[in-house]
Amino acid sequence: MGYKFSKEEMASIFSKLAVDYDVFAPVVKKGDGTFSDVDVVRYDKVSSLDEIEFEKKSDYSFKEALLPINETIFYFTEDETTVPKGPAKERLVFLRACDLNAVKRLDQIYLKNGFEDFYYKRTREMTKFVLMGCKESCTSGFCVSMGTNTTDEYDLYLKLDGDNAYVEAKDEKLAEAFKSGNEEAVSPDFVSENPTKVTLPKNITPETMKSELFKEYGNRCINCGRCNFVCPTCTCFTMQDIFYKDNEKNGERRRVWASCQVDGYTEIAGGHGFRSDNADRMRFKVMHKIHDFEKRFGYHMCVGCGRCDDVCPEYISYSNLVNCLGKECE
Amino acid sequence: MKNEYIPQLSEIKEVIKHTDLEYTFRMAFDGEVKPGQFFEISIPKYGEAPISVSGIGDGLVDFTIRRVGKVTDEVFENYVGDKLFIRGPYGNGFDINNYKGKEIVIIGGGTGVSPMRGVIQYFAKNPTDAVSTTVIAGFKSPDDVLFKKDFEEWSKTINVIKTVDNAPEEYDGPTGMVTKYIPDLKFQDIKNAVFICVGPPIMIKFTIMEIQKLGVADEQIWTSYERKMCCGLGKCGHCKMDDKYVCLDGPVFNYTEAKELFD
Repeated sequence: MGYKFSKEEMASIFSKLAVDYDVFAPVVKKGDGTFSDVDVVRYDKVSSLDEIEFEKKSDYSFKEALLPINETIFYFTEDETTVPKGPAKERLVFLRACDLNAVKRLDQIYLKNGFEDFYYKRTREMTKFVLMGCKESCTSGFCVSMGTNTTDEYDLYLKLDGDNAYVEAKDEKLAEAFKSGNEEAVSPDFVSENPTKVTLPKNITPETMKSELFKEYGNRCINCGRCNFVCPTCTCFTMQDIFYKDNEKNGERRRVWASCQVDGYTEIAGGHGFRSDNADRMRFKVMHKIHDFEKRFGYHMCVGCGRCDDVCPEYISYSNLVNCLGKECE
Repeated sequence: MKNEYIPQLSEIKEVIKHTDLEYTFRMAFDGEVKPGQFFEISIPKYGEAPISVSGIGDGLVDFTIRRVGKVTDEVFENYVGDKLFIRGPYGNGFDINNYKGKEIVIIGGGTGVSPMRGVIQYFAKNPTDAVSTTVIAGFKSPDDVLFKKDFEEWSKTINVIKTVDNAPEEYDGPTGMVTKYIPDLKFQDIKNAVFICVGPPIMIKFTIMEIQKLGVADEQIWTSYERKMCCGLGKCGHCKMDDKYVCLDGPVFNYTEAKELFD
């Protein structure tokens, strides 16, 4: 059911919701960008509607709301382990269609690839998603090419338009909060075309893996891992033990985001690594996004958000690489 | 819901010293385990390391550990009566049924023998379950030989070739790489032969090349991969090769699958 409100009414309803829920949404961090005086849009906990950035695409994805950059698995004191408590409140996560499609990929790995992940599951079960529409396409995204420009998996759709606000509440409990509004048909804004288009390679063979393109693109890579960290579908982590300086017998085991582009990712005890060459790392990442994941689960991993292209300090364009690979494989 | 990340404390029941760098830790564990599976062994503050099962006993599981990193260095500071954290078993392991009634050749390099030890033990104890069983194990030097007592025991019931890459002049055992002994293997029916090969990547590569020269089909070859299994649960991504997760789908692969995998 859809409802229309004035922006003020919506802001007041939102403030109440933000008491019952922990709300995670993209916000503008003034001056926190890569260069001086440049802003960055990333996820944070918000309490009022006007904190949320509805226009610009977030530089980092929503995934830290479900998978913290570092997450304590347990605290240890000599022989004892203690698991930290899960989220105290239900959470609302604001995101766009590409990112909501990415949630399906996170679920795939954390809930349906072998064992269920205790930590992801307990947060995921407490999470509802609020869709932010896309009136216009972003420049670097290619969600249409990936078929991730639309979704009906949201619990709530929320749109601000001048002095008005519109919602569509699919989740019954959330719908309660909006019953005071004027009923009106509301349907989400989805884009149907992007300036960036990607044609996936059709005939990937063992020869494709040896393509010179990976060398060409990999040569420019400085192994910073930013492409992985901004990606809404990258799920890798590394286990890490830390101990407290004031009592070395106490500490915690954590998992920390990891990147397949950064040194040490494949290194086993004794020092042997399996992908020391940048070309191999590039191939590994790209093939996972557009081939390996699909082979295992039946749909592609990449959701075409374009963040990896936006963030790369070496201006490596993943979408370009995929297009070139597509031409090579014709 | 079970939290798979939480390890259990397990007591060290026995420590068997093979070399200065390689010990077998016999640990308490109740539950089903297959040879070729692995556990995550950890010491809080030092972290976790994936270690394959090198032996299975009643309420016991063996880990043959090479002292090569942060975690394993610390493991070596522990002795009988001490406790380590373990979680597992993970991975598919070897299925003995794949090898019953066959002419079995098991080829291992260094600690690569560990994951296959359970398979060797089974066929050494039940030699009539196979047409024949041959073990070719390679170590760097006589000082690097693991499972010395086992080899003596096994050689009573199955064929054992224990070779060393480098030996002092007075050494009277077999020398040279494991690959040297493959062309001389005799089979009643090569189509009924199976090969299991585990060791460093380079050794696996050349061993399989040598095996293929015998006219063996890919289906007859098995191997086990050592990768960085950080979580063991199909989540952390470090051990992924193509569409496979070594921790879930492996570490044991038939060569029909293994030959398609690359890092």
